[in-house]
Amino acid sequence: MSSRMPSATVNGIPLGLEGVSPTTNALDWLRSRGLTGAKEGCAEGECGACAVLVARPGRSGDSTTEWTAVNSCLMPAASLDGQEVVTVEGLGSPDDLHPVQRELAVRGGSQCGFCTPGFVCSLAAEFYRADRADAGCDAHALSGNLCRCTGYRPIQDAADALGMPSGDDPLGRRREAPAPGAVPTRLVGAAGTYARAADLTDACTLLAEHPEAVLVAGSTDWGVEVNLRAARSAFVIGIDRVPELRDLDEDGDAITIGAGLTLSEIERRLGGRVPLLAELLPQFASRLIRNGATLGGNLATASPIGDAAPVLLALEAEVILTSSSGERTLPISEFFTGYRQTVRRADELIRAVRIPLPLSPISAFHKIAKRRFDDISGVAIAFALDVRDGTVARARIGLGGVAATPLRALATERSLEGHAWSESTVEAAAEVLRGEGTPIDDLRASAAYRRAMLGTSLLRLHAEQGHPGRTEGARA
Amino acid sequence: MSSLSQRPANAVVGQAIPHESAALHVTGSALYTDDLVGRTAGVLHAWPVQSPHARATVTALRVEAAYGIDGVVRVLSAADVPGLNDAGVKGDEPLFPAEARHVGHAICWVLGETLEAARLGAAAVEVDYAPLPAIITLREAIAAEAFQGCQPTLLRGDVESGLAHAAVVFAGELDIAGQEHFYLETHVSIALVDEAGQVFVQSSTQHPSETQAMVAQVLALPSNAVTVQSLRMGGGFGGKEMQPHGLAAVAALGATLTGRPVRLRLNRTQDMTMTGKRHGFHAQWRVGFDADGHLTALDATLTSDGGWSLDLSEPVLARALCHVDNAYWIPDVRVNGRIARTNKTSQTAFRGFGGPQGMLVIEDILGRCAPLLGIDPAELRRRNFYVDGQATPYGQPVRHPERLVHAWDDLTARADLVQRREEVAAFNAEHPHAKRGLAITPVKFGISFNFTTFNQAGALVHVYTDGSVLINHGGTEMGQGLHTKMLQVAATSLGLPLERVRLAPTRTDKVPNASATAASSGADLNGGAVKHACEQITARLAEVAAAELSVDPSEVTFAGGVVSGGGGSLTWEEVVALAYAQRVQLWASGFYRTEGLQWDSTAMQGSPFKYFSYGVAACEVEVDGFTGAYRTRRVDIVHDVGDSLSPLVDIGQIEGGFVQGAGWLTLEDLRWEEGDGPNRGRLATQSASTYKLPSLSEMPEVFTVALLEHAHEDGVVYGSKAVGEPPLMLAFSVREALRQAAAAFGPERAAVHLATPATPESVWWAIESARSQRDDDSPGRRAERAGVTVVSAEVGGQDPHAPDQPEPDAPPIAPETERLADSGSPR
Repeated sequence: MSSRMPSATVNGIPLGLEGVSPTTNALDWLRSRGLTGAKEGCAEGECGACAVLVARPGRSGDSTTEWTAVNSCLMPAASLDGQEVVTVEGLGSPDDLHPVQRELAVRGGSQCGFCTPGFVCSLAAEFYRADRADAGCDAHALSGNLCRCTGYRPIQDAADALGMPSGDDPLGRRREAPAPGAVPTRLVGAAGTYARAADLTDACTLLAEHPEAVLVAGSTDWGVEVNLRAARSAFVIGIDRVPELRDLDEDGDAITIGAGLTLSEIERRLGGRVPLLAELLPQFASRLIRNGATLGGNLATASPIGDAAPVLLALEAEVILTSSSGERTLPISEFFTGYRQTVRRADELIRAVRIPLPLSPISAFHKIAKRRFDDISGVAIAFALDVRDGTVARARIGLGGVAATPLRALATERSLEGHAWSESTVEAAAEVLRGEGTPIDDLRASAAYRRAMLGTSLLRLHAEQGHPGRTEGARA
Repeated sequence: MSSLSQRPANAVVGQAIPHESAALHVTGSALYTDDLVGRTAGVLHAWPVQSPHARATVTALRVEAAYGIDGVVRVLSAADVPGLNDAGVKGDEPLFPAEARHVGHAICWVLGETLEAARLGAAAVEVDYAPLPAIITLREAIAAEAFQGCQPTLLRGDVESGLAHAAVVFAGELDIAGQEHFYLETHVSIALVDEAGQVFVQSSTQHPSETQAMVAQVLALPSNAVTVQSLRMGGGFGGKEMQPHGLAAVAALGATLTGRPVRLRLNRTQDMTMTGKRHGFHAQWRVGFDADGHLTALDATLTSDGGWSLDLSEPVLARALCHVDNAYWIPDVRVNGRIARTNKTSQTAFRGFGGPQGMLVIEDILGRCAPLLGIDPAELRRRNFYVDGQATPYGQPVRHPERLVHAWDDLTARADLVQRREEVAAFNAEHPHAKRGLAITPVKFGISFNFTTFNQAGALVHVYTDGSVLINHGGTEMGQGLHTKMLQVAATSLGLPLERVRLAPTRTDKVPNASATAASSGADLNGGAVKHACEQITARLAEVAAAELSVDPSEVTFAGGVVSGGGGSLTWEEVVALAYAQRVQLWASGFYRTEGLQWDSTAMQGSPFKYFSYGVAACEVEVDGFTGAYRTRRVDIVHDVGDSLSPLVDIGQIEGGFVQGAGWLTLEDLRWEEGDGPNRGRLATQSASTYKLPSLSEMPEVFTVALLEHAHEDGVVYGSKAVGEPPLMLAFSVREALRQAAAAFGPERAAVHLATPATPESVWWAIESARSQRDDDSPGRRAERAGVTVVSAEVGGQDPHAPDQPEPDAPPIAPETERLADSGSPR
C-alpha cells in the first residue's frame, strides 16, 4: 500500500483516519473529532439525526458532484478515506446561517433541536440537488428523519420554502467539479482491517484470500448489526465504489443493474422504465437509506422481509454471481435457500441483477406495513401479469413476509394463468393466494392479517385495474 | 384582573419568536449532555449487565473476568454503595437489585476506558440467576390480583341509582396501549468529583433537584455536596422526570470510586429496555344514558400497568381518575383505580400523565355507543358538555365551560364541518373500497400538579452593572420553549428588549428545591417566580429613578429599555448605574406558589387544579378497505392557551402534542413477548425499526391550528395558560374518525370497536366487524360487534332516522361472555 495517510476532508479540513477500526462508524469518528452536531438517535439509520453530506458522483455522469445525505451512524469511518464530507457545522454558523438553517430556525422547525442537524443535512442535500427544477422539495427528501417534537408542519413549511443556491454558494459551486473517486484504502488496526477494493478483480481476490470477510457496500444492514448486535469482523471489504458493480445496461433482452448502485441511483437512472421497481423504490426504507443501500446488499442479506426480492421474483430476474473462478447466472427463485441463507458461496459476490424484457404490462407492488413510508413490511406482494384478450396469459407473483424466504406464489399463478381476468377468477385465485406461504404472528402483523392481506391484494389489483383512473385513496 | 396576569402594552410576551436556541439547534452548536464527553478529559464509559429473565433471583455475581478485559477499570455493584441502594422515592427501586424484575434490568455496571471495553467487560461478567414466575400482561396481573400502591376510588352520588334510572345501560372493556417516549436524545449523565469530594452531575433530567436528592441518597452525601445541571434535553415528554435518577447515581458512584469523570449514556436499545413508558391501562365500565343521550352514570374500574416498581404510578392513576369525565357532566360516578405489578419496565410519566388514558375511556364509550343510541357522535358529545355551575366528580367547579362551546362552534364553522360531512357521505356512497370519516372531539385538562406541594417555583435574576440581565429558574428546557417564554417574561417585566436578557442552564446550586418541569406547569410556575424576582428589582430601581426624575416611585414605568416618569426619562443603563452607586441590590430571587389549590388524595376530593385548558380538534381520514391502511386528510384545531406568552412556541406545542397523541393512538405499537418461551417478558419492539414513530408521511395533508380568542386567564402569568400536555388528547379525533370510517364499510349505524393502537391491522379488523353487520344488523348484534354489552333497556330507541323500530325483546348479552378481544382482532 502507498504511504499516503488515510484521511477524509470534513468541512474543507483534512482529518486523519489512522487508528479507526473497521467497525468504527463515521458518526462516532466525527463526534470524537469535536464535530458533535450530528447525533446518535437510534444507531440503525431510522431517525436520521446523524445525517451528513458526502460528495458523490452527480447525475450527469462523473463530471459533477452531488451532495448526498447519508446516515453517518451506519457508514464505516474508514470508508470515508479520500472522500469529502460536510456536516451541519460546515453549512453555517449561528451568526451566518445557511439558507436551509435559516428557514428551519425562523419557522419554528426546531424544538428540542436534537434531530435538527439531521433535518438540516437532508434538506441541504435537497437544496443542492441538481435536477431540482424549481424551488421546493421532493416529498421523500425527509422520509428518513424523525422528529418527536414539532409534528413536522414547520419543517414541511421550511422544505416548501427552499430557494435555489446562489451563484457564489461554495457548496453549490463545488458540484461543478467531479466527486472524489474511490481510493485504495487498507486500514489495518488492532481490531481488524478495512480494505477497499479498487476493482472487481481486486474484490474477488480479497474475497478469495479472506472468505470470512464481510462485504460492505452501503453498510445499511451491516452497520445495524455492528451498532445494535455488536457484530464485529476482523476483515471488512468495501465494495461500494467498485466500477464494475455500478453499470446499468439495457439491451433488447434485458436490463442489467449493477449490484453496487445505490437504490437512489437506480431510481434515477431507470426513470420509471421498470414500473414495478418505480413503485417499489419510494417504499423501500428512506431516502437516507436508499442513498447508501444497494440491490446486491438487499439480496445478499436474504431477509424474508426485504422488499426487493418479491419484486425481482415477479420480474423473474436473474442474479449474476462472480468470483475469482468465474461467473454464474441463476434465477432469483433459486437464490434463497433458507432464513437469511442463499446459494452464494463465501468467495462470491453479486455482480448484477438481470431483469428480462419485455416486462409484463400489468404490475403492482403492495406493501403492508404500519407506517406508510420507511417501515418494514408485514407482507409484501409483487404482481406481474400479462392479460391478453381478457385472459391471463402469464402471472408472476412474488411474496415477502409470509415464509422463511421470499417466495413465488406458484399455486396462485397457476390458478390465474389461462383463465379469464374476471372477478370470479380473481376471487378464486385470491383464496389460493390466501393459503400461500406459512405466515406467523409477530410484532409486525398477525398471521391472520397476513393471510387476509394476501387475499385482498389480488382483489385490490383487479379492482384498480378495473378502474385505471383511480389514483386517489389510501395506500399502505 | 390580578397583577400577575396583567399585561403591559407592547409586551415582549405575546410576540411570535423562534425558540431561543433555534440558531444553535440548526447549526449543531447547541450542546447536549453527551456532547460534553469530548470536552472532558479522562472520561470513563459505563455499560450495564442486563437480566435476560423477566424475574429471577441473582444467586451469584462473578465480576473477575471483566477485569481481564483490556480497558476495564471498575465494576460497580451493590457492595460499592455507601448510602442507600435505592434510586427512587418509594424505596422500591434498588439500584443494584438482588432480584431481577424485568428483562433488561441492570444488575451491575462496568466502567471502561472506552465504550467497547465497558461492553466487553459487561459481557464477561458472570451472573447466576434462579428464575421465578413472572407476570407480563395486565390481564395476567388482574387475574393474579398482583397490585401495588394505592387503590383510590373517585366517587360522586349513587352510581347504582344513576344506572337504574338510565334509559339504557351499556357495559364494556377497553385495553389501552402504552407508549415509548422516544425522545431523540436517550438518557445520559456525566458525573465528576471535585477536589473537595463534591459531585457535579450533568444530566438530561426534567427534575434536577430530585436527581440531586437521589444521587445524595445513594452516595450518603448531603444535598449541598451534589450539584446537578440540566443543560438542555433532546426531548423529555415525562420520560426524564424520574428515570434519570438511578442513571445519574451510577455515574456519580463511579466518579467517586474512580476519581475520574464517568459518562453513562444509554443506547436506544438500552433506553427502551430499561426505562419506563406510558402506562398501558385496562378499563371495565358500565355507563347509563337517559332517553336524550345524556350521561346519567359511569361505573368504571381502571387498572394501570405499573411495571416492576411504583415510580409515579400513583399520581398517574390519580390523574387518570380525575380525567375520566373529560368535558362531560356525569351526575353519578364511581371510578376505582388499581396499579398492576408486572415484570416490565417501571412505567412512568408521559405527557398527559394518566389524563389521556382516563379521557380515552369516556371518548371510547361515546364513540362506541353513539351508533347504538342512534345519535350522531358529535351531537352526543356536544350534548353532554359541562355547563356553568357544574363541578367535576372530585368536586372542582368547572370554570369557563362556555369557552369549550365557543371553541367547538368556532371550529365547526372554520373547518366547514357541516358541508364536509355531506362530502364524506357522498364519497362513501360512491367508493366501495375506500371510506372517509370525519370526527370532532373536545379536551378539558386540569392544570397544576395533583400533588399540591409541587406547585411552587424559584428564580434568580441578576442585573449586572452594565445593565445586562441573567436569569436562572428551576425549570428545564426539553424543547418545549420554556426558556424562550421565561426570557420574554423577564424582558416584559423589566421593560427591556429581549436581547438584554440571557438565560443560564438549570442548576441546583442556583435555584434549589425546584419541582419537576412537568404537568405542563413550567411556564406558569417559573414564570410566576421570574416575574416576582423582576418586580423586586424594578421596585428598587423605581425608587432610584423617582428620586432622579423627581416623581413618585409609583409613576415610574419601564418599557423598551427606557425608565420614564413625570415626562422625564432615563435609560435602563443609567438607572442601573445609579442604583449600583447608591448600593441598591441589583439582583433578586423570586418565588411563586399557586394559590387556591386544595386536594385530599385519599378522599379524591377537592380543587387540585388552578384552571382547565380547553381544546377542540376535527379530523378527517380515509381508510382503504383492502388493507385497513389510512391517511389523515385534514386536521383543524382550536386550542385554548389563554393569552399566549409565545405564539410560535405554543402552536408548536399544539401541533407536536397532537402528532404525538396520534402516534400513541394509531401507530406506536409496544409489543412484549407474552408467551411461555425463553424470551418471555422481552420487549419485542426495542428499536426504531420495530417501534415506529409518526414520520413526515403521517402529517395531515391539511393541518390548521388556531388559538382560542378572548381566553385571558386571570391569576396566571400574563394571562396565559399551560400548553404542554393538553393538545396530546386532541388526537382522539383521529381515532374517532378512523372508527367512523371503518363503520362506514358496514350498514348504517354499524358500531365498531377499534383496538389501540389503531394500526392498519386494527382498523382492518374493525372494517371486517362492520362488514359482518351487513348480514345481521340487529341492535344486539351490532352492540356485540362493538364489544358492548347491553345491560338494560332499549337499544337504538332514540334514533329518529332508523328505518326499523328497535327490537325491545332482543336478549341482553351476558356481561361475562363479552370480551373486547373477541370483537374481531385475533390479538
